[in-house]
Amino acid sequence: MSRISTTLSGRSSKLLIPFFTAGFPDMKTSFQYAKVAVQAGADMIELGVPFSDPLADGPQIQYSSYSALQKGVSLKVILEGVRSARKSVDCPIILMGYYNPIHAFGLRSFLKMAQSSTVDGLIVPDLPVDESGDYSKEMIRNKLSSIFLVAPTSSKRRIKQIDTRSSDFVYAVTVAGVTGTGKVFSKATDTYLEQLSRLLHKPFVAGFGVSDPVSAKRLCRYADGVVIGSAFVSIIRESRTKRQSIVNVGRFVSRIRKVI
Amino acid sequence: MNKQKKQPDAKGRFGVYGGRYVPETVMFALDDLEKCYNKIKRDKKFKDELNGYFKSFIGRPSPLYFAERLTKYCKGPRIWFKREDLNHTGAHKINNTVGQILLAMRMGKKRIIAETGAGQHGLATATVCARFGLECIIYMGAEDIQRQAPNVAKIKLLGAKVVPVTSGSQTLKDATNEALRDWVTNIKDTFYIIGSVVGPHPYPQIVRDFQSIIGRETKTQCRKEFGKMPNAIVACVGGGSNAMGIFSSFLDEKKVKLYGIEAAGYGLRSKKHAATLSLGKPGVLHGAYSYLLYDSDGQIQLPHSISAGLDYPGVGPEHSMLKDSGRVIYISVTDKEALNAFHVVSNLEGIIPALESSHALAWLLKNGKTMSRRGNVVVCLSGRGDKDMDYILSLGGADE
Repeated sequence: MSRISTTLSGRSSKLLIPFFTAGFPDMKTSFQYAKVAVQAGADMIELGVPFSDPLADGPQIQYSSYSALQKGVSLKVILEGVRSARKSVDCPIILMGYYNPIHAFGLRSFLKMAQSSTVDGLIVPDLPVDESGDYSKEMIRNKLSSIFLVAPTSSKRRIKQIDTRSSDFVYAVTVAGVTGTGKVFSKATDTYLEQLSRLLHKPFVAGFGVSDPVSAKRLCRYADGVVIGSAFVSIIRESRTKRQSIVNVGRFVSRIRKVI
Repeated sequence: MNKQKKQPDAKGRFGVYGGRYVPETVMFALDDLEKCYNKIKRDKKFKDELNGYFKSFIGRPSPLYFAERLTKYCKGPRIWFKREDLNHTGAHKINNTVGQILLAMRMGKKRIIAETGAGQHGLATATVCARFGLECIIYMGAEDIQRQAPNVAKIKLLGAKVVPVTSGSQTLKDATNEALRDWVTNIKDTFYIIGSVVGPHPYPQIVRDFQSIIGRETKTQCRKEFGKMPNAIVACVGGGSNAMGIFSSFLDEKKVKLYGIEAAGYGLRSKKHAATLSLGKPGVLHGAYSYLLYDSDGQIQLPHSISAGLDYPGVGPEHSMLKDSGRVIYISVTDKEALNAFHVVSNLEGIIPALESSHALAWLLKNGKTMSRRGNVVVCLSGRGDKDMDYILSLGGADE
């Protein structure tokens, strides 16, 4: 069984998935965040692959991506990082990144290397199911988990397609927009998530705009878990030192863990 | 029926290029747009309405002008200008925005957004929004706002809001990112008027079709002026909308040579250029698979051109297909060569060309004498240079 299916079948509570931009503020520290997050109760780790033009991201992740790129972070460096982090992080690690760096690496060789580097799955926000033919085949061949996004604007037909094409679980974008908007979720969000819980056969986690325990708890009424990203970038930026940022990341994960 | 019109295919592909590489949130809006566009493009009422505005609002048809003194100077074929610079707002961009705003209104959208580089597309969008009374927000790179101050002032005068974009290179690429972020956020009530033959399907098709009026008129005018097809057509290529507009009617005229001129900036070896088709590789940016400038890690490279309208690391997917097939020849000219052409044409013809169009003219100045004197060459004079005056003056170039 894969690490992801073990995590999914063994869970007794909602999934808590923190997102950290790989290489922000540096490679070593971003993996320390992962480690402390798992100790504080995170179920999986999502690692952001920085891209020069992150068009689905809001200001926080734009900032962390830009900062990581300045330090020369690349896919290769990230894969090496994942492999060596395995000693201390044994939960599923999912990479989230835009398509062009993957394309530039070469789809086949990248997925092969991702697999051998113990990456568990991938989220590619600018690769909708319609464009994912070759990608999906190669993902299956390399036993990597494809996680596709579903949005409040997705039709029923698309929701079903996304459900089928996602390997283990689906990522639900809670609100139309970019990451980290901190939007207050409305009744429409509940209706949408409730609809997803009926239409999807696979579990789904909710992300984009989850900023505190209250919003996490609310989304978990219907969702099987939450992804939190931009809030961590804020916490890290507001911390005085790297050491303090690691402590603060752990504390924030614990606060969310308590309510979901 | 023009054979080329079958492009793109049902999946929005021009050969292997194009497609829809966008976040899931946007997919439904592209489906809606495609459906609506396919319906109205055959609708006679829509066509009549569009042609009405082309005539009375834009001032079409734009003339085909014989550049007599430039022809003598070049010692080559007879040179003709397709005068898109005479359009309302001073460039070809308005052809597309009139078409798209009519489409937006059919779809019941109340809020319009657009990206702009040189400001011509921003101006053309603000103009049609004023005309039809719709809210208008223009995203523009902070560096471009400085380079193109007169257009910024006009856009504001027309009642649109200009949002300066300070991320990345602060130019067209980043303005496009920001417009896409706005669109994702306000997807239900907002129509995104993309300014070139780029972006996710169906935009490259829609923009080409609205710009194809340039080529259709040119064809008729060539027959009338010199009784046959031209030997060659030359157009500048940034995203590539004026080029696609004029090329589209000639793709099946195999004897007509087509030249797309890119911006070589400081030179192709300088790493400071925007010669996407000449030096790029296929990749994914802003919703489409097409030639693109990026480094070995897949990060998008910052382009450079003296002309803000060509300062873009990507290019329309149909151009990528035409490059691979060899139907269009893509070459580049430097900032310096374009500037020289700007001055030469201003002095010889009494026409101040846009810096973008000056790239097409520069290629002709370089290569004209190698072509048959009996031939005819049409240059798409995509825009006028008024918007570039402040910049030219800042270079001290007006005394040359």
